[in-house]
Amino acid sequence: MVERHIWLSLFCHVVLLIGAAAVCLPLYFAFVAGSLTVGEVQQVPFPLVPGDHFVENTVTAWMEGDFGRLYLNSIIVTVGIVVGKLAVSVIAGFAVTYFRFPFRMTAFWLIFISLMLPVEVRIIPTYEAVADAGGPLRSFFGAIGLTGFLASTTGYQLDAALQWNMINSYGGLILPLIASASATFLFRQFFLTVPDELCEAAKLDGAGPLKFFRDVLLPLSSSNIAALSIILFLYGWNQYLWPLLFTTEKEMYTAMIGLKDLIPVADAQPAWHLAMAASFFVMAPPALVILLMQRWFTRGLVDSSK
Amino acid sequence: MPASSAMRLSEGAATRLRFPLRLKLGSLLSSSETGLKASHFRRPWLAAGLLAPQLLILLFFFFIPTWKALSLAFVQVDPFGATMIFVGLDNFTTLFSSPEYRDSAVLTLWFTTVQCFVTLFVACLFAFATDQVMRGRAIYKGVILLPYAIAPAISGVLWAFLFNPTVGPLAQILDELGYAWDPNRRPSDALLLVSVAAIWKHVCYDYIFLVAAFLAVPASVIEAGAIDGAGPVRRFLTITLPMAAPTIFFLIVMNFVYGLFETFGIIDVITHGGPAGSTNTLVYKVYQDGFRQLDLGSSAAQSVVLMAIAVLFTVLQFRAVERKVNYQV
Repeated sequence: MVERHIWLSLFCHVVLLIGAAAVCLPLYFAFVAGSLTVGEVQQVPFPLVPGDHFVENTVTAWMEGDFGRLYLNSIIVTVGIVVGKLAVSVIAGFAVTYFRFPFRMTAFWLIFISLMLPVEVRIIPTYEAVADAGGPLRSFFGAIGLTGFLASTTGYQLDAALQWNMINSYGGLILPLIASASATFLFRQFFLTVPDELCEAAKLDGAGPLKFFRDVLLPLSSSNIAALSIILFLYGWNQYLWPLLFTTEKEMYTAMIGLKDLIPVADAQPAWHLAMAASFFVMAPPALVILLMQRWFTRGLVDSSK
Repeated sequence: MPASSAMRLSEGAATRLRFPLRLKLGSLLSSSETGLKASHFRRPWLAAGLLAPQLLILLFFFFIPTWKALSLAFVQVDPFGATMIFVGLDNFTTLFSSPEYRDSAVLTLWFTTVQCFVTLFVACLFAFATDQVMRGRAIYKGVILLPYAIAPAISGVLWAFLFNPTVGPLAQILDELGYAWDPNRRPSDALLLVSVAAIWKHVCYDYIFLVAAFLAVPASVIEAGAIDGAGPVRRFLTITLPMAAPTIFFLIVMNFVYGLFETFGIIDVITHGGPAGSTNTLVYKVYQDGFRQLDLGSSAAQSVVLMAIAVLFTVLQFRAVERKVNYQV
């Protein structure tokens, strides 16, 4: 054990207290603002103690923004992202580490090249892809002549059947966010550390690949899956740009976009009390996850960057 | 041992022996053994089925969009969308000669650099302090981690309120101090506000990694330093910090990525890129030009520039992770 300095210790506590205060200050003022009436929120100087309208404001904001529906949307989209991404990437990771097949390296590189480009840099082309998901198939079938063939022989309009507009749909909100290989990469790294003897033993006992996967590999990965699902939950719930682009109808907004709509604009009545009260219930689910599952979350975060 | 599994085993051994011969046929076709378990299965169709969902999603939402952005960047579409003319690098030369784009690039560079190093410095200070204190460590950690749960957009909302020129409590304090704070009109105020919101949201990320890295420094090395007479600050600067250097390098890369791509929500909530383009970063500009101005050629060219930057950072990130693996004790 090394020596302790009382002054250094004191200094460190002061630094950490300042840090904690800097984190809490905006949240505290948001709470104060959320507990005032519209008149009180505009007074100068700003009150330092909360009023007693917090519950009332929360209910008003919830009703005004139709957050029952938006919350449901957020939950569906977030669960879709977590479950979809985990399911897709755990089997893809299994395939590239445990199978020998032609074009294995090609598949590997096709998947891992997607780590290169975050969704934000592909905003517009991805928007088009989601607005017209059938487009590539239409031009493909058009080019090979299938469209014309079907139309002339059976009268079936293939082009019309391939009009998939995913704007304002859960698929459009979920699928583009799953299209990245980060989780696949993580599972691959983990599977490479699993001892070879397990697979040998499973083979000796006559287990096929799917049985080995279900009975050996999945149980082994459970802690990785738990840690990763927390990170993905935060990622999915906190999405902003995607829902902003892909939803034009209010019924399909997520809670995050609903909150954005509550922010007072320059000339309107400064209803900050509602926006602040709403910000609490919009950030509550991820905040609870972090507070209750801090250990898993830290582990997932540090692991997922390896 | 049942005969069938013995056969399967010998079959596996034979493959491994045959492998160097098959390599000659072309490594892509035969699938090299890189990253393949020594004990594996040989069921190509099952593997294809397992890979299919991932590859299909990537095809529709990654490869096709990326290809479209790349191809759109080199053509000019007429206003009715009927014809496309190949124009080579014209979109890029127009882009780079546009003063607005240059301003946005310079602004982005400034913003990300300042954000990156301030975040890192503050997180380093907190992590150092956390490493020193015994009492209340878990509580401090819990509170400082909290902003990780808060979306950039919500961080934007909170700070937009705090510094709102009419109702914001902190703006009122600035007013009383004699500074006419107004992020809606004064560009420097807007940029400062966006930076503060971005840093507030991101310090926790660096903090998590630094606390883990400082904790990983072996106690024996620290004790050796103490015996040699180095005080806590000296030990931190000459032992802990150099040993955490790979993590710090990794965090610098990640901070730049965050500043470039993930601050969209903050900017959209607080300033919408204004006033006078003072917070219009490159990513926000792609969105503005593509969705507000509908200038698709220019926005595709901008996307390609961003892609190049993103690829650069990914390469750097992989380097950083490699170094982390190699040097961490």
